[in-house]
Amino acid sequence: MPTRSVGENSMTVTTSEVFEIRSGDDVVRARQQVRVRAIESGFSLVDQTKIITAASELARNTLEYGGGGTMLIECVDDGRRRGVRLTFEDQGPGIPDIERALSDGYTSGGGLGLGLGGAKRLSNEFSITSNPGQGTRVTIVRWK
Amino acid sequence: MDRIPILKLGSALLVTIQVDMHDRLAIALEEDLTAKIAATAAKGVLIDISALEIVDSFIGRMLDNIAAVSRVLDAETVVVGMRPAVAITLVELGLSLPGVKTALNVERGMALISRRIDADAVSRGELDDRYDE
Ligand SMILES: Nc1ncnc2c1ncn2[C@@H]1O[C@H](COP(=O)(O)OP(=O)(O)OP(=O)(O)O)[C@@H](O)[C@H]1O
Ligand SMILES: [Mg+2]
Repeated sequence: MPTRSVGENSMTVTTSEVFEIRSGDDVVRARQQVRVRAIESGFSLVDQTKIITAASELARNTLEYGGGGTMLIECVDDGRRRGVRLTFEDQGPGIPDIERALSDGYTSGGGLGLGLGGAKRLSNEFSITSNPGQGTRVTIVRWK
Repeated sequence: MDRIPILKLGSALLVTIQVDMHDRLAIALEEDLTAKIAATAAKGVLIDISALEIVDSFIGRMLDNIAAVSRVLDAETVVVGMRPAVAITLVELGLSLPGVKTALNVERGMALISRRIDADAVSRGELDDRYDE
């Protein structure tokens, strides 16, 4: 099982809040809150845009494939720099083949198959855990 | 349900996306635009996204679909006003939007469409009576 925690070592969490992702409007709200936190953490416009876009992709996956779930937003500090960590969690069907799901162009729905791989490219750290029948958790960190 | 307004601008249609679009709104826009292109025989569609803070794979797909459907209806789609940070992010996301033309702003987008209308007129040998309508 390809599980890897990211940024767990000596990281301080300064704020943390959980958002429900149950509808398209929740995806919009989640994006807006990520933007607020990214600005607060001093992100440049490009870095803000990158993490908001990654959040949008992951929130939509949580809704569409995971049947809804939550997003945890944390402002973090590793002693040298500030960052934003996002954790998306659902209790949906899980992803049977993570490698395949991450590859560009693979979709089991009607998408472009870019969301997961794109979110990974847009983040500095990325980890995914998924157990068939139990759900999926994706964590990303973007540093300032 | 909210709808995004579609304006007629000569022989083109102009859509200005001003809100953080949720998915239903995006789907409604696609349908409304298709109907309007057919109803007005528009030759171009300008989509102004200068207010959009992000373009993700969903919005990207919507833009691509609109461009593809317009093309079938003989209209050209030009996406205008993409913010630089959005353009940088789109490339990293992996979204190249091969079927979508882009221009810096509405004026330049309009110029692209006018040029195409003129070229069509020339190829049909209609250029000389183009102003007689
Ligand atoms: N939370 C999840 N639960 C279950 N399956 C998922 C989840 N997230 C992604 N997947 C699976 O991984 C595939 C790839 O996801 P990805 O986001 O890359 O593409 P997509 O959502 O299909 O299309 P796009 O994001 O480009 O619109 C999905 O089609 C789906 O099968
Ligand atoms: Mg997706």
